[in-house]
Amino acid sequence: MSYEVAVVGVGQTKFEYQSKKTTQELVFEAAKKALDDAGMTLEEIDTVVYGSAPDGFDGINMKGEHVIDAAGALGKPFERVFVGGATGALAPITGYYHVASGLSRATLVICQEKMSPCKPKPQGLFNTIFDEFTDRPMGINLIYIFALEMNRYMTVNKIKLETLAKVSVKNKKNAMDNPYAQLPMEITVEDVLNAPVMAYPVTKYHISPSSDGAAAAVFVNKNIAKYKEKPVWIAGVGWCLDSTYWTNRDLAYPKYVEYAARQAYNMAGIKNPQKEIQVAEPYDPFSYKELQHAEGLLLANRGEGWKLIEEGIAYRDGKLPLSPSGGLLGVGNPIAAAGMMKFNEIVLQLRGDAGKRQVKNNPKVGVVQAWGGLMQFTGVLVLKA
Amino acid sequence: MAEFHGVKSRWEIKYEWSGGIAISRFMQGLKEGKILGVKCPHCKRVLVPPRIFCERCFIELTEWVELSPRGKINTFSIAYIDTNALPISTPQINAVIDLDDARGIIGIFHIIGEAKPEEIYVGMPVEAVFRPAEERTGSILDIKYFRPLKEGKPNE
Repeated sequence: MSYEVAVVGVGQTKFEYQSKKTTQELVFEAAKKALDDAGMTLEEIDTVVYGSAPDGFDGINMKGEHVIDAAGALGKPFERVFVGGATGALAPITGYYHVASGLSRATLVICQEKMSPCKPKPQGLFNTIFDEFTDRPMGINLIYIFALEMNRYMTVNKIKLETLAKVSVKNKKNAMDNPYAQLPMEITVEDVLNAPVMAYPVTKYHISPSSDGAAAAVFVNKNIAKYKEKPVWIAGVGWCLDSTYWTNRDLAYPKYVEYAARQAYNMAGIKNPQKEIQVAEPYDPFSYKELQHAEGLLLANRGEGWKLIEEGIAYRDGKLPLSPSGGLLGVGNPIAAAGMMKFNEIVLQLRGDAGKRQVKNNPKVGVVQAWGGLMQFTGVLVLKA
Repeated sequence: MAEFHGVKSRWEIKYEWSGGIAISRFMQGLKEGKILGVKCPHCKRVLVPPRIFCERCFIELTEWVELSPRGKINTFSIAYIDTNALPISTPQINAVIDLDDARGIIGIFHIIGEAKPEEIYVGMPVEAVFRPAEERTGSILDIKYFRPLKEGKPNE
């Protein structure tokens, strides 16, 4: 048997480049805010889960041990989740399992990243996640790879750059209402298209920034949730990986995202995601990724992700708002914390507590996805009010 | 609040990796001017980069084959930044090249040479250009680049 699991508190720090706060200070701030939001104290927490991606960013090896004091993990079972950008989904999924198993009554999940200490730019570190023989000597980084994937996605599905630019415009505008956002701005499609090209077809505005920040949430069982005002329930979880041999993958369609989504939907009893999901936070480190991931999440037909933006469906007042938080493009991308921020946004949207960001369709069912690893690892959670 | 203090430092760590069974042979092949792969007797794919297993059929692979150095551009990008995302003066054309002999989605990442960025398209036939034998070291860089194949014939 498994126990029902609810989220009863969320919190996050501001996302910014070159935060002056330390890793521990960011972790503590997010953790304390989540506990306060839940109206709980550390004594009520049985286990702590911490998510963070490559140690190389902040240059602290075995970073999990480094944060236990700030994470409130002293004297408790503590677990680190370490799967790149997918950490932001796999950490909450791990938190879910701790409570669902019955071994923990309440679990605190904290995701944090500090990328800016890495010089000259954090992007260079991504070279070290690849194969020493076939990839690294080619000077590869993630912008190179995503530019290749973006071009393949556009070519196969005959999508115009203008359409993808609209995703950036939408998310950066959504971020204007997010007090924690790093890159809120009102820009035009032309601004995106005419921005400096990093690696064609990726311009500066098609990509999320490097960021520092943290986000956290409190997971509890039903006995605790019944005393809380607006619990949000974890209805389904799923995750899946594709091959690490990235040149042997289908770069146009993320089948593994579909597999993960189907797991989560089956568990949640969702039969028709396009009709039943009312708000979504698909992972958007690049503009095209929001639409490609929406296809993998079965929120659009395969190859038709572009319709979500061109037909106005993805806006906050649309039928299925995507990234109402502002997403990674607008709020920022502190790797592990980015997905956790998106998770927290769905919690706030389902509670009706998203303030100026609140979507208009009074959502009761939402989905969040985070993605990363070696660009082939994804996790999906379905949440219900 | 008091001023924030900072400190600069670096990790001075050196590594030496073994290429193992499959990649060592792949690199030896490149040194000899050949692209080698392993064939799965079950799914019939020829895997590049080679490994000692088929991840789908989950069996050990031992049949080595030499592939044609020709393929088609699966996707490309024109990079104006280097590994550290710092600007570069001459743009670099990156590509995934689907190798003609590989069967299935089996590509190789490399750069495109002897071509202007505006000439490149998805589906373009290309071929590997190896460095002169005396310059090869058993590295992926023994392939200098891939270049467009003119009218389907080997370039002179």
